Amino acid sequence: MKVFKGRVIVPGTCRAEALVSHGGFNTLASYQMALMFGDKQVKCGDQNNADLYKKPMLGKALCLPMTIGSTTGGMVLYTACALGKAPACMLFSKPIDSLAASGAILGDVWTDNPMPVVDSLGNEFLEAVQTGMMVSIGENGEVTIED
Amino acid sequence: MKLTPEQQALLDGSQGEVMAKIVKTLVMYGDTFGAERMVPVTSSYGHTVISFGLEVMKPVYDLYDTLIAAGLPANQKFTADPKPLDPRVPSSLLDDLVFKKIMYTQQQRYEEQMRKLGITNDDDYTCACYLDQVGNTPKKGDVLSWAESSAVVYANSVLGARCNRNSGMIELMGSIAGFVPEFGLLTDAGRKASWVVEVKCQHRPEAQLLGSAIGMKVMEEVPYVKGLEPWLGTELNDEAKAYLKDFGAATASNGAVGLYHIAGLTPEAQELGESLILPDAQVYVIDDKELERVKANYPIVWKKPEAKPELCFVGCPHMSLQQLKDWTDAVEAGLRKNGRKKVAVPTVFTAPTPVIREFEKTMGAYRLERMGVVLSYICPLMYMNNPLCKKKNVITSSNKLRTYTSARYYTEAEILDIITGGRV
Repeated sequence: MKVFKGRVIVPGTCRAEALVSHGGFNTLASYQMALMFGDKQVKCGDQNNADLYKKPMLGKALCLPMTIGSTTGGMVLYTACALGKAPACMLFSKPIDSLAASGAILGDVWTDNPMPVVDSLGNEFLEAVQTGMMVSIGENGEVTIED
Repeated sequence: MKLTPEQQALLDGSQGEVMAKIVKTLVMYGDTFGAERMVPVTSSYGHTVISFGLEVMKPVYDLYDTLIAAGLPANQKFTADPKPLDPRVPSSLLDDLVFKKIMYTQQQRYEEQMRKLGITNDDDYTCACYLDQVGNTPKKGDVLSWAESSAVVYANSVLGARCNRNSGMIELMGSIAGFVPEFGLLTDAGRKASWVVEVKCQHRPEAQLLGSAIGMKVMEEVPYVKGLEPWLGTELNDEAKAYLKDFGAATASNGAVGLYHIAGLTPEAQELGESLILPDAQVYVIDDKELERVKANYPIVWKKPEAKPELCFVGCPHMSLQQLKDWTDAVEAGLRKNGRKKVAVPTVFTAPTPVIREFEKTMGAYRLERMGVVLSYICPLMYMNNPLCKKKNVITSSNKLRTYTSARYYTEAEILDIITGGRV
């Protein structure tokens, strides 16, 4: 068991299976096809992301350094939250970027399905966590990778 | 964050619950990035990245209805990204059915919302809103509440305006409130370069390839690019601006660049020089081999990589008037060289409606049409956002389009060769 302390962007607790992107997560490229055509598993559509391409994102603890790409990113995350198609939580190794923060905040203020978000978990977090591991967020934003 | 009494009153609900939620959103956004205060939006116009009425994005339009019902038009008028549909662009009956009956069922509703919220004009749907013919051109030092990655990076870098990489929806909330949190690219410290890029190419680097390489390397950080003087000079003329427009779009979409400095050329680099570079900046050297490596690593997602191209898009981001003229000349020369009268691949050039209007006043538009090239205001990215297009072999000189769709990237010279000679 490994515990990491980050900064809470959107509060909330959660326990979910990790889905790890070692490169920047392109929100629009990842979500556009899945949202547009009602993919129930919300599979990642970003062909440039070898870690995630074609993998289901719904209900996962999305572990990533940051998001990249189009400035529709926040709107896409907001829509995913509003439709109940967001990841269970987002865990950033780096300080959160403006697009992801926008999506998370819009989801928190304007929907009934806010998604817990923690950032600044450090590079060690992204080195330790692997796709398939169970990850949980505690009340204080402590992130635990279970053995 | 320290709010003024007026801002605090808005947050406390003096103008109703919806305005309070807008301010709460902006405060949370600012707090996340350590903003200490809100600053007024000073540009004449805003710009929104949302231009489409997608069925699946209904929650966005529902929220916009909430804003309208609360009587909250934007404090400033705004332009918007290009529309996803244009009858001039080749499409099959099945395409049309999918576009109109399944995907863009909210388009009319959305465009009506834009009118109520304050779009400048029904023609002002373009990602290149800063072009002279469109007229949403901020001044140096203006504070913006814009979204659209290619427009934000252009406004920051080429025009010297100040804007964060805001998301769609947040940008409209800033335009409604009339203020935005001060952090990141709105501050002097946030505009310093943490990367030095040394361009050591023997030939003029392709704008969209160079931008892609830099974007993938520096991600969200600010690069200071040296070594482009032999090709771009030290004057921001139309040619340099068009190059930087395409270069910037690639840095922003292949990475997350919101601002770059070009030594001796962009306003802040001219004014402040290398004092913009942070002491511990990293260095990235780019030569012809590095660009070849980057290009060779792009995944080809066509089912049959050797298949013949079925459609070509040039103009993502939208083309400038000079680019339209130059491409028209180049296609004409290419066809003449290859003994052809019409392009070998159905080809669409995209540009803002006001630019198309200007171009149509010249013989260029007639010549382009005669060569079989379609001129459109469409957003190629939105056009390609469907599974039918995934099966279509589309080629493009846009690295942004390549990033978000199954379109295959070629350099401008290669595109010209393919569409005028039929060779791949």
